[in-house]
Amino acid sequence: MMSEIYYVIPEIFLSLSLMFLLLIGVFKKNGSTIVHNLSLLILIIEIPLILNVPSSSEYLIFNESYKIDYLSNFIKILIVISTLFVLLTSSEYLKSIKIFNIEYPILILSSILGMMVMVSSNDLIVFYIGLELQSLALYVLASFNRDNILSSESGLKYFVLSALSSGLLLYGCSLIYGFSSSTNFLQISYNYNESTQGIIFGMVFILVGLAFKISAVPFHMWAPDVYQGSPTSVTLFFAILPKIAALTAFIRFLYTPFVNLIDQWQTIIIFLSIASMLFGAVAAIGQKNLKRLIAYSSISHMGYALAGLSTGTNQGIQSSVSYISIYLIMNLAFFSSIFMLKKDQRYYESIDDLSGLSKNHPILSLSLLIVLFSLAGIPPLAGFFAKFYVFMAVIEQSMFFLAIIGLLSTVIAAFYYLRIIKIIYFDKDIGKYDTDHNIGLKISLIFTTILILIYFVYPSSLIYFVSKINLV
Amino acid sequence: MIEIAIGHYLTLGAIIFLIGIVGIFLNRKNVIVILMSIELILLAVNINLVSFSIFMNDISGQIFTLFILTVAAAEAAIGLAIIVVYYRNSGTIRVEEIDKLKG
Repeated sequence: MMSEIYYVIPEIFLSLSLMFLLLIGVFKKNGSTIVHNLSLLILIIEIPLILNVPSSSEYLIFNESYKIDYLSNFIKILIVISTLFVLLTSSEYLKSIKIFNIEYPILILSSILGMMVMVSSNDLIVFYIGLELQSLALYVLASFNRDNILSSESGLKYFVLSALSSGLLLYGCSLIYGFSSSTNFLQISYNYNESTQGIIFGMVFILVGLAFKISAVPFHMWAPDVYQGSPTSVTLFFAILPKIAALTAFIRFLYTPFVNLIDQWQTIIIFLSIASMLFGAVAAIGQKNLKRLIAYSSISHMGYALAGLSTGTNQGIQSSVSYISIYLIMNLAFFSSIFMLKKDQRYYESIDDLSGLSKNHPILSLSLLIVLFSLAGIPPLAGFFAKFYVFMAVIEQSMFFLAIIGLLSTVIAAFYYLRIIKIIYFDKDIGKYDTDHNIGLKISLIFTTILILIYFVYPSSLIYFVSKINLV
Repeated sequence: MIEIAIGHYLTLGAIIFLIGIVGIFLNRKNVIVILMSIELILLAVNINLVSFSIFMNDISGQIFTLFILTVAAAEAAIGLAIIVVYYRNSGTIRVEEIDKLKG
């Protein structure tokens, strides 16, 4: 029994320390700075704790309801590191719009605790608890700027649609439980045979629920509104972390309980992927707000990640995971640049506010240029390699149609990324922004931009880790 | 006398589930109705799980139901809190007037 607890030390440490932070926040007056700094410390401690968990093979613990393997540990590390950067970049923003409260880091920590449970779940009940812990914290985060009507509206919209998707997912869970007479992922795949075809209905409901969570078309309608309305630091969180967790949940579901149903789910995933890639590319063209634009861009990026999953091979899963890793670095860099558009305690988030940025802020413009080229997938930046791996995996399985659609939507998407670059470099200058940013924001912008820029020098650094993921 | 089999329970669950879904999409009046519809969806799931659990003689469905009930309570609390915050800012919770964000 003792040895099983050994495997979940990161989760236990995170949950205890977030309760501890809550106590500090309640009993200490003006404790928000301390709570913010302590939450950074907790995340830093979390990294060696996760690395310490053995990942050389598959460990099923707690009555086979919880699974520790290389994929779960890799994704947990990604989650912790990106949360660290989210908190580093957002503290200045939170202070400026006066929501620098103790609840903010605590909610973020509890939602990543939910994500950690989600990515290593091996049972429908455990998965559902993790998913809800994540979503309940996210509802509050979306409406965190509570005196702002846009923020509370985005929270309301996110709540309604996310609760609906959880309901659909649960209905699928109940059908699967009924037809396979088990909630355990492995048991579900063992119990599948000709007489339990009802599992397919359950699978469709679960895929719909998960597609809502990663905002794949046609279940994307909440994403642009929620991204635009929530505070920018929360938008950054939304753009990265729930996507990583939900994509891993996709991998878990598709390759454990539904592994026998590959013919059925392959069609669904290919459809979701094609629709997301094309819609995300086309709908972003007319956008004026940067946050809304990044919402459509993330819909399109999720399409590529799903394209990797649709292959049903190890190479496909690995390409999806490396896609999402590079995607999170690009988003961190893009949002760090947006956080720098500040003048007189006000943040600017329209595309027109970038007009002529290069005249006054050459370095910020250069990093935006690199990030946008990378998002558009122009070699030799990291974004190109991400797309390259996915297309390699797709073509290996002779799914040429998917690859052609993917390349086509890359071309369409390049238009709106390049339009922003044109506005930055060739339009009329509209004035200077503040330059006295805090050190965390500067570090994360420089670090992520350099990572994007020099990825091509040594691409096997990521490949080495990702290629150890072995599920099929 | 009709023997009540699992099919009847599942039909009941499916009907309540559909009422919940339709209630979310057809409702144009009040956000509270959406909250009630979400509760209906979760209830339908509970009916499904409990009836499967009884007919298969397997306890894990009922345990799942207990978890869902707890989470549904938390979800309703957070939903009501968000609705109150929204009402304070805009003075209305009519669904058709929640349209500040669009584009």
